[in-house]
Amino acid sequence: MSVLAALLRKELRLELRTFESVPGMVLFSLTIFVVFHFGLDRASVEGDLAAGILVVTLLFAGMLGLNRLYVADEEQGGFDGFLLAPVDRTWLFVAKAIALFAYLVALEIVMVPAFALLLLEPGLGQALPELALVLALTNAGFAIIAALVGAIAVRTRARDLLGPLIALPLLVPVVIAAAGLLEPLLRETGAGGLDAKWLAILGLYDLVFGLLSVAVFDPLLED
Amino acid sequence: MHGKGLRGLSVATIVVLVGAFAVAAFYAPLDADQGFRQKIFYLHVPLAIVALVGFIVGGLLAIQHLRTREPIWDLRSYVAIHISLILGVAVLVTGAIWAKTSWGVWWLWDEPTLVSFLIVFLLYGTYTPMRFAIEDRERQARYASVFAITAGAFVPICFGAVRAQPQEVHPQTFGSGELPGPMWLTFLLCLAGMALLFYTLYRFEIATKLARGRLRSLRRQLLDDAPVQRRSAAPII
Repeated sequence: MSVLAALLRKELRLELRTFESVPGMVLFSLTIFVVFHFGLDRASVEGDLAAGILVVTLLFAGMLGLNRLYVADEEQGGFDGFLLAPVDRTWLFVAKAIALFAYLVALEIVMVPAFALLLLEPGLGQALPELALVLALTNAGFAIIAALVGAIAVRTRARDLLGPLIALPLLVPVVIAAAGLLEPLLRETGAGGLDAKWLAILGLYDLVFGLLSVAVFDPLLED
Repeated sequence: MHGKGLRGLSVATIVVLVGAFAVAAFYAPLDADQGFRQKIFYLHVPLAIVALVGFIVGGLLAIQHLRTREPIWDLRSYVAIHISLILGVAVLVTGAIWAKTSWGVWWLWDEPTLVSFLIVFLLYGTYTPMRFAIEDRERQARYASVFAITAGAFVPICFGAVRAQPQEVHPQTFGSGELPGPMWLTFLLCLAGMALLFYTLYRFEIATKLARGRLRSLRRQLLDDAPVQRRSAAPII
């Protein structure tokens, strides 16, 4: 656990000192809202359209985080330093996933109110706890896939291309489930409840890919 | 040397596959609802099943590669995924033709079965570019195995999530209990033929790759003129 705490401290300190990921993700998400506004030519959205825009924006802004996640380790010797330490390599995966989860939470703290302000018709007040739960599960799924795929992509020649290319199809089930869960929450006529089936699928996805990634992460860091 | 038994296997594949399609064309009863158009079922569904199973088998072979670190397992995993990808193109094409003839459209977004196959196909479409982008052979093999295992686990998850949804027009092949006996028999024959085809192609490609590797090492030993290794997505033994 102390290994995890040390790695996590390093990740967050690095982000706080360089501000490489989160500000860019936030700015990108706001820009995407503007793009959606003009692309759809709508002043406000609700229901399934709002759910789709929120999930897609989160996904695309998160892709920036995925692409930056391991760059410092690859270019500035972070991998070498970590491999020299006599610790289990899987901790790096866990630390990266938790760090990215934290970045996504930071992103959402700005992005969701901005979405409510700019585009969302009914406002958010009615379903905030449910929204937080759905976003937390979505973040977890995204962070797990990104921490795994990012480690693969960063050591290839076309890293910025391959990361999103591999991660997006893997994340489609998350998108389907998250959009299905958010749709009733963002309705103009008042928030509906959460669909237990989608919640179960999202939770199961997080669990399965979390365990799987822990199992297969080790061979990615052998040289 | 590497192609032992391939002749017999090829003959058996041709006999079973042609026989199965003949049975499908002449023996299997016409579908009451769709008529002759339904016959593409005997091509499309076995193709899809064999391709998906091939993807999963690629993942299992990759597990073996990570355990033993023998390059041969990486080659096997690569070949299984490679052939499944080619069959996957055929699945999408035959599926689109069937959709056009029986539902009147080339593509239907409401159909989770189609959509999840497309997602799986797109995911595996990145397998070859990913391998190509890694120059170091040993690292390429390792990373490809990690990808193959993750993606192999993704296949049943993707389809499982889909099965949970209510379907609209795509026929459920299994568990519906609607398929009459002769159709079942024909379908199983076609499935066996397609599985044989997959296995034959798999064996051929493995034999080619191994023979090419052997030729290269012999040339290096005897003539000292082995061609310069180019970057490649395929594993080189």
